[in-house]
Amino acid sequence: MAEIAQDMTTRRVRHGSSIGQPLTRSEGPLKVTGQARFAADNLPPGTLHAALCVATIARGRVTHLDVAAAEAHPGVVAVMTPDNAPKLAQHPDEKTNPFCFRLDLLQDSAVRYANQPVAVVIARTLEAATEGARLLAPAYETEAPRIGLDAADPFTPPAIGVGQPPEEHHGDVEAGLSAAQSRIAATYETAAQYHNAMEPHAAVASWEGDRLTLHMPSQGMAIAQGRLAGLFGIRPQDIHIESPFLGGGFGSKGLIGGPQVLACMAARLVGRPVKLVATRPQMYGPMGHRAPTRQTLRLGTDADGRLTALDHHVLTASSTFDDFFEPSGGVSHTLYASPAISVRHEAVRLDTGTPLFMRAPGEASGSVALESAVDEMAIACGVDPLEFRLRNYAEVEPISGKPFSSKALRDCYAQGAERFGWAGRSKEPRQTRDADGLLVGWGMGTATFPALMFEAQARAEIRADGTGTVEIGAQDMGQGAWTALAQIAADGLGLDLDRLTFRMGSSDLPNAGIAGGSGHTATAGGAIHAAGQAVIGKLADLATNDPASPLYGAGNAGVIARDGRLIRRDDAERSERFEDILARAGHGAVEATGKASADPAAKQTYAMHAHGAVFAEVKVDPDLGQVRVTRLVGAFAAGRVINPRLVTSQYYGGMIWGVSFALHEHAAMDPRTGRFLNDNLGEYHVPVNADTPAMEAILVHEEDAHVNALGIKGVGEIGITGTAGAIANAVWHATGIRVREIPITLDRLLG
Amino acid sequence: MSIPLRLTVNGEPRDLILEDPRVTLLDALRERLHLTGSKKGCDRGQCGACTVLVDGRRINACLALAVSLDGAEITTIEGLAARDGGLHPVQAAFIAHDGFQCGFCTPGQIMSAVGLIREGQAGDDPERIREGMSGNLCRCGAYAGILEAVRDASSDMQREEAA
Repeated sequence: MAEIAQDMTTRRVRHGSSIGQPLTRSEGPLKVTGQARFAADNLPPGTLHAALCVATIARGRVTHLDVAAAEAHPGVVAVMTPDNAPKLAQHPDEKTNPFCFRLDLLQDSAVRYANQPVAVVIARTLEAATEGARLLAPAYETEAPRIGLDAADPFTPPAIGVGQPPEEHHGDVEAGLSAAQSRIAATYETAAQYHNAMEPHAAVASWEGDRLTLHMPSQGMAIAQGRLAGLFGIRPQDIHIESPFLGGGFGSKGLIGGPQVLACMAARLVGRPVKLVATRPQMYGPMGHRAPTRQTLRLGTDADGRLTALDHHVLTASSTFDDFFEPSGGVSHTLYASPAISVRHEAVRLDTGTPLFMRAPGEASGSVALESAVDEMAIACGVDPLEFRLRNYAEVEPISGKPFSSKALRDCYAQGAERFGWAGRSKEPRQTRDADGLLVGWGMGTATFPALMFEAQARAEIRADGTGTVEIGAQDMGQGAWTALAQIAADGLGLDLDRLTFRMGSSDLPNAGIAGGSGHTATAGGAIHAAGQAVIGKLADLATNDPASPLYGAGNAGVIARDGRLIRRDDAERSERFEDILARAGHGAVEATGKASADPAAKQTYAMHAHGAVFAEVKVDPDLGQVRVTRLVGAFAAGRVINPRLVTSQYYGGMIWGVSFALHEHAAMDPRTGRFLNDNLGEYHVPVNADTPAMEAILVHEEDAHVNALGIKGVGEIGITGTAGAIANAVWHATGIRVREIPITLDRLLG
Repeated sequence: MSIPLRLTVNGEPRDLILEDPRVTLLDALRERLHLTGSKKGCDRGQCGACTVLVDGRRINACLALAVSLDGAEITTIEGLAARDGGLHPVQAAFIAHDGFQCGFCTPGQIMSAVGLIREGQAGDDPERIREGMSGNLCRCGAYAGILEAVRDASSDMQREEAA
C-alpha cells in the first residue's frame, strides 16, 4: 500500500491551516532520487517480458503470423494470438456502461486501425520478446482505409462527449445573422493529437488463481477493476491495482488500455507474472487520442459590437467501431452572451483507434475556434478584442439562462490585461517589429472549463496517540494529489501534516472515482473532508457528553478541531487534546468514512465553470514564417486554491499545452495506408524547454459557496483553453495573416 | 552467447554477464541491475528520460549498447544524493522550484542538468539553459520550474566549487 511520510526537512510547513499553503510536493524527494516506483519499475520474481506485435495496416484482417519463427527464437516462451488467447467471459466489444470502450484483445483476426495489437510475444527477456514480435511478420488481407474528415459521410451522433446532446439551440440564429450589422463566417481545422504522456502505458500482471495483482498507471482504478472483472469473469475485489504514481495521464489512462488487458491475458496464458510496456509508436492507436475537427463559426453583431447570433458547427470523427465524439461546441454554450446560439455536432467514422478524453476534451479544440472567430468578429466591428469580450460578457449562462455559481472573469480580464500591458496594443496588424526585425503580435483569449464533480469515498481515523490516518484510492498523475489531498485531510482532522499518515494510489482503498475532468481535488477532497468531519463529530460526541471533559455540554455551541485538539467554538480557552478524549473514553481509535458527489440541487440552479483570460505575445520571422511565443500571461479564477504552488504549475502546464495546440501538435497519417507518418516523439512535436515562453499565471481570488463543500472548481485543464486561441490571434496581429488550420506552421504563413 | 561486462555504477563495481548483445545500457540498468530510476519514454533517444552520465558526460542510455561500455563509469539518478541521503543541489532545486509534476522525466532532467552545469554550459543565461535542456521532454510542462531550478543549482554548485 502506497504511503508517503511527510518529510519535513524539505518542506515548508506552517502550523495551523494547511489548505492554501504553497507546500512543495510531498512525494518530491522520491521523484528526484529515482525512488518513486512507476508501474514498469516493478519486476516480481519470475517475471516474463511481453512485446506487442501491431498491425501495419489500418483496415482488413491478419491472414498469417509466422508463429513458428517467433517460437524458435531463443528466449521466447509463448506467442499469444487469436488461436490461443484466453477466452474472455465477456466479449471486449460488449459495452456495459458509458465509460466502457471497445478493446482489441485478440478475439479475432480483424484489423480496425493501424498499430492495433495482433499478437503478443512472451519471453525471458525484453530483447527476445521484441525480436519475437518482429519475426511474426504478419500477412494481411487489406482494404482501403478511410482517413480524414472527407473520407466518409457525416451523420449526427446520438450523443457527444459523455451523454451530452449533439445539438443545442437558443433563439433564432438565422434571424440574428440577418439582422446583424456586421457578420463573419469562418472555418477552422484542428489536427488529431495524441496524449503522449511521458510514461508509456505499462502493466505488470500476476495471477494467483482467480486473483489478479496489477501494477498499472491508472486515472481510475475502480473503473479498471470493473472492466477487468467483466472481461475475466472474476470479482472486482479480487483485482488489486497499484498505481501510486502515473507518469502523466491527460485522459489516456482514465480507462484501461487494450495492451494492459493483454498483459493480464498473457500472464494467465503462461502462468507467470508478465510485464508489458507499450513502445512509443504503439501508443498511437489503442490508447485514444483527440479527434480532428473542422469547425465553422458564424457570428453577427449589432452596431455596438454586441452579438446578435452565434452559430457553431463541428465536424469530428470517431472510429468505425466505437463512439467518442469530441464535444467542441460546448464552449459556445457558456462563454459569450448572445440572443441566439446554435451548436451542432456531426461526425464521420474513420479507420483509426477510438478517440478519447484528452486534456480539456471539447473545450480545447472548441476554444481555439471560438476565440479565433471572436477575434475576427471584433476586428470586423473595429472593436478592441478585450473590449469586444467585455461588451459580450455573459452575466448568466447563455444557453441555459442559469446564474453562475461564481464568475470572476472580469477580474481575470482586468488583472491579466494590466500585467501584460494590453492597453498598449496597436489596433492594426503587422505594425510592430523588434530589434531583430521580427514581427511582434499580441492576442488574447478567454479560458473556460466546467467545474465537475464525480463520486468518491474516503476513510479517516484518529488514534489513541492523537495522530491520524486518511485513506482514499485517489490517483496522482502529476497534478499534486499526494500533497493537496493531504492538506485537505490535515485540515479535516485538525492535525498538522506531520501528525497525519496519508495513503492513496491503491485500489484496496476507498474508491476515489476518476482523476479527470479537473474534478479530482474537489471530489476526492470532498470525501476526505467529509470523512474528517465525521471523525471529529464522533470525537466531539465523546467529549461533550463526558462530564470530565472541559468541553462537557458544548453540544449546542459546537467545537472545532485544530492543532490536534477539540476547541469550544465560543470559548477557545476550553479545549482538549484528541488523545485525552480517547484515553478517558477507553477507545483505541475513532474511525469514520465520508463521501462526496455533485449536489443535484446546485447543478439544477447554477451554471458552474472556472474562467480565465490569457494574453500572448508572439514573434514571427517575416522571411521564414517561424513563430515563437515570447510571453504568456494567464489570469484564472477557479474557486478555492488548495496549494498555490501546485496550482500555478497546473496553469503553466495547461498554457504550454496551449502553445503545443497552437503551434506544434499534429498527428499526420498517410491517407493511402492509414498509417502514421510521425508516431514518435521526434516527429510528433511537443514543446521543449526552448519553445517555452516567459510565463506568468495570476491566481485571481474567487469564492464559491455553491460548487461544492470546499469551494474548489478545478485547475487541470483550463490553462489549455484560451491560450491556443490567444496565440492564433497574436499570429494574426503580428502578420496580418489569419491561419485557420491549427497547428499554425510556417508553411501556412508563407503560402 | 555470454558476454562478461564490468561497469562502475554509482561508484560500485558491478559485474554482469549478458546473454544478449542487444541489451541497451538502459535495459541493463533497469531490468538487470534493478536501478529503475532511469526511465524509458521512447527508447530511441527522442525524450531524454533515460539520461545518465557515462564517464561524466550525459548520454541517452537507451541509445547505448551495454556491451560497448565495458569499464565505463556510470552515474544514475540513484547515485546523485549523498550517502547520508542529503539531496544534490540540483535535486533540492527541482523540489523547491516545482520543476516536475508527474516525475517521470525528472531523473533524466536532473541528470541532464547536472551534466549541463558540469560542462560549464549553464551560466545564468536563461536562453542557454533552455536550449541545453531541450533534449529532455516534459509533457506536464514543468519547464519554467526546471529553468529556475537549473539556474539556482548552477550558482549553488559554482559557489561550492569556489569555496
